[in-house]
This record gives sequence, C-alpha cells and structure tokens, in this order.
Amino acid sequence: MPKLTVDGVEVEVPAGATVLQACEAAGKEIPRFCYHERLSIAGNCRMCLVEVKPGPPKPQASCALPAADKQEVFTASPMVKKAREGVMEFLLINHPLDCPICDQGGECDLQDQSVAYGKGQSRFHENKRAVTDKYMGPIVKTTMTRCIQCTRCVRFAEEVSGVEEIGAIYRGENMQITSYLEQAVTSELSGNVVDLCPVGALTSKPYAFEARPWELGKTPGIDVMDAVGTNIRIDARGRQVLRILPRINEDVNEEWASDKTRHAVDGLARRRLDKPYLRKDGKLVPVTWGEAFQAIAAVNAGSSVAAIAGDQLDAETMYAAKGLLAKLGSTLLEGRQTGMDYDVSSLGAVNFNSTIAGIETADVILLVGTNLRWEAPLINTRIRKAVKRGAKVFAIGDEVNLTYKATFLGNDLGLLGNLPKDVTDAFANAQRPAMIVGGGALKAGAQGATLALVGSLGLIKDGWNGYNVVHLAAARMGGLMLGFAQKGGIADIVAANPKLVFLLGADDVDASKFAGLKVYIGHHGDNGAAAADVVLPGAAYTEKAGTYVNTEGRVQRSEKAVFAPGDAREDWAILRALSDALGATLPFDTLDALRSAMAAEVPALGVEGLADYGWSAPSLSASASGPVGYPIKDFYLTNPIARASDTMQRCSAELLHGVSFAEAAE
Amino acid sequence: MLADKDRIFTNVYGFQPWNLESARKRGDWDNTKDLMARGQDQIIEDIKASGLRGRGGAGFPTGMKWSFMPKEPKPGKPSFLLINADESEPGSCKDREIIRHDPHKLIEGALIAGFAMRARAAYIYIRGEFIYEAKVLFAAVEEAYAAGLLGKNAAGSGYDFDVFVHRGAGAYICGEETAQIESLEGKKGQPRLKPPFPAGAGLWGCPTTVNNVESIAVAPTILRRGAAWFSSIGREGNKGTKLFQISGHVNKPCVVEEEMGISFRELIETHCGGIRGGWDNLLAVIPGGSSVPLVPAAQIMDAPMDFDGLKALGSGLGTAAVIVMDKSTDIVRAISRLSYFYKHESCGQCTPCREGTGWMWRVMERLRTGEASIGEIDMLHDVTKQVEGHTICALGDAAAWPIQGLIRHFRPEIERRINERSGDLAVAAE
Repeated sequence: MPKLTVDGVEVEVPAGATVLQACEAAGKEIPRFCYHERLSIAGNCRMCLVEVKPGPPKPQASCALPAADKQEVFTASPMVKKAREGVMEFLLINHPLDCPICDQGGECDLQDQSVAYGKGQSRFHENKRAVTDKYMGPIVKTTMTRCIQCTRCVRFAEEVSGVEEIGAIYRGENMQITSYLEQAVTSELSGNVVDLCPVGALTSKPYAFEARPWELGKTPGIDVMDAVGTNIRIDARGRQVLRILPRINEDVNEEWASDKTRHAVDGLARRRLDKPYLRKDGKLVPVTWGEAFQAIAAVNAGSSVAAIAGDQLDAETMYAAKGLLAKLGSTLLEGRQTGMDYDVSSLGAVNFNSTIAGIETADVILLVGTNLRWEAPLINTRIRKAVKRGAKVFAIGDEVNLTYKATFLGNDLGLLGNLPKDVTDAFANAQRPAMIVGGGALKAGAQGATLALVGSLGLIKDGWNGYNVVHLAAARMGGLMLGFAQKGGIADIVAANPKLVFLLGADDVDASKFAGLKVYIGHHGDNGAAAADVVLPGAAYTEKAGTYVNTEGRVQRSEKAVFAPGDAREDWAILRALSDALGATLPFDTLDALRSAMAAEVPALGVEGLADYGWSAPSLSASASGPVGYPIKDFYLTNPIARASDTMQRCSAELLHGVSFAEAAE
Repeated sequence: MLADKDRIFTNVYGFQPWNLESARKRGDWDNTKDLMARGQDQIIEDIKASGLRGRGGAGFPTGMKWSFMPKEPKPGKPSFLLINADESEPGSCKDREIIRHDPHKLIEGALIAGFAMRARAAYIYIRGEFIYEAKVLFAAVEEAYAAGLLGKNAAGSGYDFDVFVHRGAGAYICGEETAQIESLEGKKGQPRLKPPFPAGAGLWGCPTTVNNVESIAVAPTILRRGAAWFSSIGREGNKGTKLFQISGHVNKPCVVEEEMGISFRELIETHCGGIRGGWDNLLAVIPGGSSVPLVPAAQIMDAPMDFDGLKALGSGLGTAAVIVMDKSTDIVRAISRLSYFYKHESCGQCTPCREGTGWMWRVMERLRTGEASIGEIDMLHDVTKQVEGHTICALGDAAAWPIQGLIRHFRPEIERRINERSGDLAVAAE
C-alpha cells in the first residue's frame, strides 16, 4: 500500500495503482484522452502529465506511472501546466474547427479540456491535415480528420469486444485509424467505440445530426433486448426516444451496451400499435377501447382464460395479468413462448448463479448449447476476461466464434454423461468451475443432465455456485417468479383449450394453436398482432415504469421516459380497465398500489438487487442425447422492436447476410 | 592516435574475406570455450571493469546493463539478447561495416554476451535496407552453426545458444529498443511505455537486453585482451576504442576505429585528409548522428570526441557519426532536411511527436526561405521545448535537438534570411 502525497495531500493507494489513480484518490482531476479504466494503458495522448519527485526533471505520464511510496506528485505546478498546454496545442493544431457541426459537441472531452488548457488563439499557420473518412459499418460514423489517435477504439476492439478489426495504419502525422480493409466491424459491441471516442471522430451513424445533448431528457432505464438487464440511459426529446446509452453498473454491464440495446430505438417509432383493433370479417379494423373491451367480454370465457407473456414484459404487467386470471379463476400462465418445458420447481436451478460479475473469476467454464456472443454479448465479454486471466472454456454445440479460445467438444448432448478426460481433469483442478446452460440446451432436454453434473464436476463450493442458466428473454426470470410456467409449457395451455387467450407482447408463440379469442396487448404490429382477434395498444419499455429481473435474478427498475403513442396505454392500466369490463375488478388503481401488492405476494420483486432463490436441484432424468441448436438465428432481429428498426435491419443485412452497403469513397 | 595493434575491428575495410576461415585467422572464435569457462558473473565483471559504454548512442555502461538480467530465468520465461542492427541514424554506418566485413565478431559476441546474461537465444534485428549485409549475416550464422559454434553445446562450451537473424522493414523508429521488440513480435513498430523495462519484461514478455552491434562485437576482444587493456585506452569514463564515421565536407570520408577522446582536429587530420577547403572553411559539425545538436566550428575544433567531452559542448557523441559541414552548406536547409526525416519517421503514437515534428518541419522550411517573421524563431524554439521530454521515446527529443542547436548557434543567419526576404518584398512593393 504505497503512501504518497499529491499536491500536499497524503493518500494511500492499493499496490499496483498508477499515479493517475492516486491523484483521483486525492480528489485531483487529471485530464486524459487515451486513458480509460477498462482498457489497457497506452500512454500516448500525453495529456495526463504530472510532475513527480523523485524522478527525472521532466513531466511524467501519470496514467502509466506506478504509484510508489514517498512519491511527491504535483498536478498544478507551472511545469505541468506548461506541458499540458503544449499537448493541448498539439492536439488542436490539426483538429478541425468542426464543433458547430460535430455531433460530439457538448459531450466532447477535447472541447472540455481545451477550455481549461487551450490557448485563445493558434500559433499554427500551416495547412491543417485532412484525413479521408473510413467505413466502419452501419453503427459507427467516422469523421477521421477529427481523430486524435488516442487508440481507445483500437484497444476496445481488441481487448473487450475481441474483434481485432480496428487498427492504425501509416506513421507519424499520417497515422490513421481504420477498420480492417475498411469493412464493417463485425462486432455486436461496436457502438461502444462511439462512447469511448473522446472527440467526434467516431459518432453514432443512426443518430447523426439528430440532437444536441443538452436538448435531451435523460431517464434511467433497463434494457429488454436480452436477459442481461443492461442499465441504460434513455435520451429523449419531446415524445421521441433518440438514443440509448449504457449507464455504469459494475455488476451487470460495466459501461458497455450491445448494438441492439443502443440502436433498436428507431424501431420504437415504427410499426407502432396506436389504437385498439378488432378483427371483423378477417380484417383488423380500428375500434374504440369500449368496443374492444365489449368484444372480449362477449366471449364469456369464465375461467377458461390463459395469458402468455412475451419476452420483453415487465413484472408489473405480468402481475396484473396474473391477478386478472386469478379473479377469473384461472392459472393458465406461461411465458416460454417457444414451448420449452424445463422444470422450474427450484428457481435456483434456472438462474445464473455465479452472477454476471462473478463469472469473470471462473477458471474452467463449460458452455452447454449456448452461443453467448448472440445470446448475452455482455456475459460473453466477461468470459473473455476470464479467459484472459487463464480460464479454460469448453463448449458443447456447433462451433461458433466466441471471440476467445474455446474447445468445442462436439454437438451431442450425450457428451454430458461422458465428458472427455481433459474436461473432467480441468474441473477437478478448478477453484471456481462453472457451467453455462443455454436456452438451446434447455429446449433439447439437457436440464437434468446438466444438473446431474453439478455434483460430479464440483460446481458448488464454499461461496461459489457455478451452475448457470442463460435466458434470452428480459421477462423470463420475473415471469418465473410470478408463476408464468406450466409443467408442460405451452402445450398444457393448448391442451386446456382456453376460450380467451391474452398474448401479452407475445410475438414468438405459435398462436394458430389456440382456437379461442386471442387478445394481443403489445406495442408493435408484429406476429402477435397479426394473429390476434383483438389488439390493445400497449407501451414499450421506454414508455412505462417497470421491474425487470435479469438472468442472474437481479431485480431492477426502469423509469418511464416518454408517453406511448396515440391511444396506447401502459399495459397494467389496460388490464386494470379490462378487469372492470370483465367484472373482475383488480384491486389497484395506481402503479404504486400494484407494486406494493406485487411485493406482498413476491417479496423479492419489491427489493432492487439480487433475489435469493436458494439452491435445490430438482431430481430429473440425467439422460440427454442428440444435437443442440442455438435459438438465435439472427442477433439483430430477435424481437418486435428490433424487427421494426431500420438500423437493425441494415445490421442484419450487412453483417449477417453479406449485403454490401459500403459507401463510395468521398 | 590508436596503434594498429590495439584495433579491434581488423577487417573493417573488407580487405580480407568475411568468412569463418578468415575470421579465425584474425583471431575470432579463438578458444571461445575458455572465455565462457570464466563463468557468467566473471564475464560481466570483466566488461564492467573495461569501462565499455553502450555504442548505440546513449552510452549506458554495458556491463551494468547485462547485470540487470535475472540470474535464474523463471521456467517458461527465458531471457533473450536482442542485437540492434537497425542502423538508420543519418550519418551512421558502423554496424553496416561490422556486419558486412566482420560478422563473426558479432556472432561470437552474441554467444558470449548471451551466455553472460543467461539468455536462451540472440535475435539480430537488421535494418531492412541492408540487403547485402543481411545476406552476409545469414551466411555467417549458418557457417557458425555448421562449425558447431552455435546451437546445442555452442563452441563446445556445454551451453545451448541460438542466433536468429530478423530483417526489419526500414522504419527508423524500430531502432528504439522497445519499438524493435514490438516489431520483432510482429506488431506495428511503436515504442512501449517504460517501466517495465525490457530487462524485466521485453520480447514476448521475457527478460530481454537490447544492445548495439558494436557493443556486442567488441566484447570477445575485450575478454581476450583483458579489461585492463581496453580501459587503458581513452579518457576516464570514456574508455576504449570506437568506430568513428566521418561524412560530409572532409577530403576523405571514412569509417575508422579510433580511441575515445581523440580530438576532432586529430581525427580529421589523421584519417580524413582535413576539411575541404581548410580549417577556416569549417562551419559546423554534427558530432554524433542527426539526433544531436550541431556544434559550431570554433567550439568543435579541439574538442575531445567522447561522451563527456561532447556533452560539455551541449551536444553528444551519439553513434559517433561525425557530419562535417563547411561554409558552402545551407545550414538551415540541412537542419530542415533532418526535421523532415524526423517528421517522416515519427511513429505517430504519442501526441507531441506526431503533431510536433510536422509543425517543426513546416516552420523550418519557411525559415529556410525566410518566409517567416522573426517572432517565429522563438515560437519554433518554444515548440521544440514542448516536444522535448514529453514523448514516450527519445525520437521527440531527437527531433527537437537539432533545431535547438541551430537556433542556439545560427540565429543571426535565420534572421538574416527573414530580413532579406522582407526587404526584397518591401522593394518589390515600392
């Protein structure tokens, strides 16, 4: 624990800390461009120079200098000030005066720092450098003349996303950052380089020239594109969500977000259901809320009613639906739309028990039927970190590029009962062994076989549970906590032949199996609405306050950023109004009342943070065999919002289907 | 003047073949096994005692550098010797002569130095443009392997040692030790941050010592003839012999081995046939390769040519590449050309050098023609100060120093050009 003084303030920092970190610990702000906490140290921008004694009589880059005992650091001495002003001048001489037309304006590090260290006028009378723009794909817009060569994007691509497709070419003042052969960067995380870029060289292509940061209302939310529960900030102007940025949450997403999380937002403005519809003569025609409710009540379903929850649903909506069905005398609830029927008698056995942050510390990992890169990109980056620390990864399933070295054992679940010796040896020697079971494996019936390995592979140790299930739906864990599961899955509901079926944003269920009246409550005109007899327009995740439980059982709350369009209402309110029409009035009139009722029934949903499910493994047949398939066929088009998004459509076409959008060089 | 008997590089002019047979006749590979039998610590002690300072430019004591290497290499972390033959400094041409005419001195030195620092292998990183030299070096290494001097049980010493030759691609920055390591690892040649120093984590993260060709090539002879012999030559703190490379306006430019501390006048008179047009015609000298500041004629004439002697003049010995300029030289243009070189060779990694070298060169070009204002001289000096000492490696310093030297010694000349041009313009305007 070195003790040093920063501008006379004594601080103690952990061993291995840098001088920059020591300065921050002492409350001194150090300007920086290339340094980033989550990337390796480059030390190339030279903005963080400080004076250090003892040391050479020149300023030192604090980001790369290890803090040492008895060091004296000066962050505001004349030498430091001169050095920083010099670096700032160098950065600005070739930087275009683009600020009025630059999307980074208002949130630009260079702009901010130049206020502190910039000269009022330029001494540079030569011509400024111009750099041709590079093509980096549908997400990242480039204006490379603005680049200050900090290489954050290069390091991010290489270290975090694991796609070594961004690099620097040429030397000296001709150095340029480019993608490999100027092709699109094939990463699901490419949007993060926009946040990392300290200047306006890399900006968001879909968001180009949309808004200035100070015009935007910023609302904390939770992402629903996958089951990771990425913490997001919803930036909206007026009634439109313009962009989504990640919020820092070390336990979940660190400070990253997948491209789908960020850029499916344009889908929120398209194909929206903004008024109730009723199917008349085979066609959906607009009706009033009253007419729609009447049509539903006219079925007189009694207790023959079922509710199927979609993948992006908040717990409040599910609780309201559950309450309505209970009033009507039914428990036909299900959320696993594609027909999965794994055992949910113990929620611990279908949870990501090591936690998302914890998987980083695993030393041997077995992936069973999961393509994590698509199913949970931000869990995949955690595993990549573990691999960098020396973890071994084995996988059962078809070979895919996970961005790190994984040994694919083959695509046969029979391997679970007969693991090769090097796998069992690795697990025998592991301190923190982990298994990650994907939706594909659950669907293929491998739940019992994987649970049977918990003991033999020693996945549970003191303070460590390495049995993990990765879900694909943001609504899944919340749904399971609320009992949205039948023993036989959807098949049980079909067998019960309900007269009235609520499709709550359920777009992936095969609705043709239901003979009864199908009521779709949701926000997009997608598969569910097309199959429905009555459509009630609901709110998307940015338009309602909701509680979501991610795949590790973390209960998180999202706030309402904007209002739903047209006549659309928040889903719980629709169900509350409908309950009146059905003569089964729900006992809450406000969201708060709903929440307290929900917390009374399922206390864990009332507390933000990890829910404690305990651990008990159901005894199931341990036999499994046959191949396992990965459920996601197209990463960019997994849900109605993404399918309605132009950006996601283009990503899918370009990155997955090889359609060329490369713009001609200007 | 150095006596012929004290010369280390006896075939620097290539009057004899470079091959192993001839090298043996000149005394190379003579009982290398016995030299190694002295033991690793003793070899390092001998080199320390000889007072040998690194010949690559910085002049760091070679023996001490070797002693930084771990005594017991960790398993899976072998030590490496990296021999820097990426000789690209404008004016320098000594390593080239060593490699093309006396490669076995280098290879034997590689074995002994590698053995002393407990290295598993030596890499020789040779400049890409040295095509013939690389050919010679490849052949010489092959000869040494065939003769059992390298490989398993190298030279019968019982020590296993390999030498690999790697050709660079012609980037000046790859002569910087950590950039060279990056390049050798197959990456873009950009200097690394220090610490960690290469002796701790160098090539592929393993302990590595990077030495200049000349430092390594002189080691066997020093051991054979004794540290006392080597340290009897030269001045205190600047011992031994050195290859001087004199180019420019002398009557006979040459590469010659001389004792350290020889006066500039003696060096030129003895080996180069004097200054072109006589001593009165001497304008300035860059005594150590393009990276060091120039020294005007009056100060250099009788100065001792060694590390400390030239440091006292505000310059440096560098690689002892003496660039002599007589009064026919357009000194501003000469320095501007060097600025262009540094602009061209800057790796672009860190800000001051990437942006500063281009700026400095552009201003220098305007100063050359006088297309500037007097105030820009001070501004340029200020810019060089903003580059110097703020960069990751020394290239920023190297780009700044020649300009600082120019402004220090030839400011009146720059001002004359500016005034003349503005005078011309004034006349034209009338």
